[in-house]
Amino acid sequence: MSAIAVERPGERRAQTVLRATGRVALFFVVLAALWALWEGYRALWIHEGWTRPFVVDSSTMPHVHDIFRALWRHSSSGTGGRLITQLLKAAAFTAKEAAVGFALGASVGFVLGVLLSQSRILQRGLLPYVVASQTVPILAVAPIVVVYLGTLHVAAWFSVAVIAAYLTFFPVAINTLRGMHSADRRALELMRSYAASRWEVIWKLRVPSALPYIFAALKVSATASVVGAIIGELPSSIQDGLGGKIIVFNQYYSLDPTQLWATNLIAALLGIAFFLVILLAEKIVVRRAPENLV
Amino acid sequence: MSVVHVDQVTKRFGRLTALQEIDLSIEEGEFISLIGPSGCGKSTLLRVMGDLTDTTEGKVIVNGKPARQARIDRDYGIVFQDATLYDWRTVSKNISLPLELARWDRKRRAARVQEMLELVELDGFQDNYPWQLSGGMQQRVSIARALSFDPALLLMDEPFGALDEMTRERLNMELLRIWEHSGSTVVFVTHSIAEAVFLSTRVVVMSPRPGRISSVVQIDLPQPRTAATREEPRFFELVTEVREALHRGADEPGRERTEATA
Repeated sequence: MSAIAVERPGERRAQTVLRATGRVALFFVVLAALWALWEGYRALWIHEGWTRPFVVDSSTMPHVHDIFRALWRHSSSGTGGRLITQLLKAAAFTAKEAAVGFALGASVGFVLGVLLSQSRILQRGLLPYVVASQTVPILAVAPIVVVYLGTLHVAAWFSVAVIAAYLTFFPVAINTLRGMHSADRRALELMRSYAASRWEVIWKLRVPSALPYIFAALKVSATASVVGAIIGELPSSIQDGLGGKIIVFNQYYSLDPTQLWATNLIAALLGIAFFLVILLAEKIVVRRAPENLV
Repeated sequence: MSVVHVDQVTKRFGRLTALQEIDLSIEEGEFISLIGPSGCGKSTLLRVMGDLTDTTEGKVIVNGKPARQARIDRDYGIVFQDATLYDWRTVSKNISLPLELARWDRKRRAARVQEMLELVELDGFQDNYPWQLSGGMQQRVSIARALSFDPALLLMDEPFGALDEMTRERLNMELLRIWEHSGSTVVFVTHSIAEAVFLSTRVVVMSPRPGRISSVVQIDLPQPRTAATREEPRFFELVTEVREALHRGADEPGRERTEATA
């Protein structure tokens, strides 16, 4: 009886290892394919002299290996040091803004979602404004936030974190709200039969039921907070982050396009790193039947 | 004193009358089955007893107080057709959920959970998650959870309806053993005549449109029931009696209503 119900742990571990190896292999295969596609496209267009949709040369599509080589060169922007050290420093700065912004936005979003789920009036009254907040272009909001927080003598990087939070909170709030309503009807009746208080129903049933929804939002928000931090740096004239680097290397683009491409690469890696942290947290926190994991 | 007293209860959903002037008294230690075709209101009657839904007319007294107060005092445990376990809690955490809500301290909870695991014979599975168990095992966890806080009344809504015949018969035996051990009163909703007769001290036969009690069959099979009980002539006689009561109820729609309104 028990043997049917529970998988043997050894078998399971072997399966997990096999699956992980497969995933890593797939990752490198896709990476190689993308690289081949880039270089193939480049070679074909240059060889044939095609000019549509755009002219292909070293400034529009630099060699992938040139982009990587640029990372090890000393930068032309004159601040000294290899490009990679500069970019990693900038990435660390932006990561701080993004992480603080993410934590702030996710917390606000979660609390807002829980709050809205508990009151229909609140939901009807506030939800339109929550949605409207996201239709305002972030580039218009960013300077306002920077100037306003500047008058309060808040560090500039914190203003950027607030802008990142502005992009982060929305998906978390919406998905938390949805997740809070996803609790099983019977499970709610059980809580009723145990005479559970509203708080107990929230903490012991609704929030755990909402976790898969919340994590789906956190994954979106994690990458959005990096984008938000980079965009937030532009109007606040912060030079220390990736946003500052993008402005600088943009000016050098016609001379040396690989530097901007390299910056994009590091920015993308930062976004992916944020995503992976959330993925890991989800694996630790969310306990679900394997087939229900999204 | 009766554990449950249902007094002239009527329940309407819009224009549909789910229950029509139901009277039923359940004594301490009884095992009552509610049986009837779909739409006869047997689940609704159970839910009314558990204050999961309110009555349109009439009242339900549980342990000498209104059903609502009985719910707040945690006087009953409930088991649904789906085990309704919390996926994010281990077996032992699921069983201890009602105890957490009743503010039992950690030590007392652990002791009771261990006791319950032994009662439903799941010792060794306490750290498994529900989705690692078979349907029958999940339902046993659900029963352990419902009994963990010693409720006077156990309400079961087709708890074995989704299980195969073999598992069902085995769990029937286990349920009887648990019932004798715990001494609680059970109200059990089922579709199965054989199951109702085998388990119960009384079978309440219901009929639909509007939902009402068409007859009550006293089950005088000796206790404790064993696998051999299912093969006794008296068992078959009672199965026949319940079946005929079911057919009578279905053949004469509205009979009780006419009598009641007359």
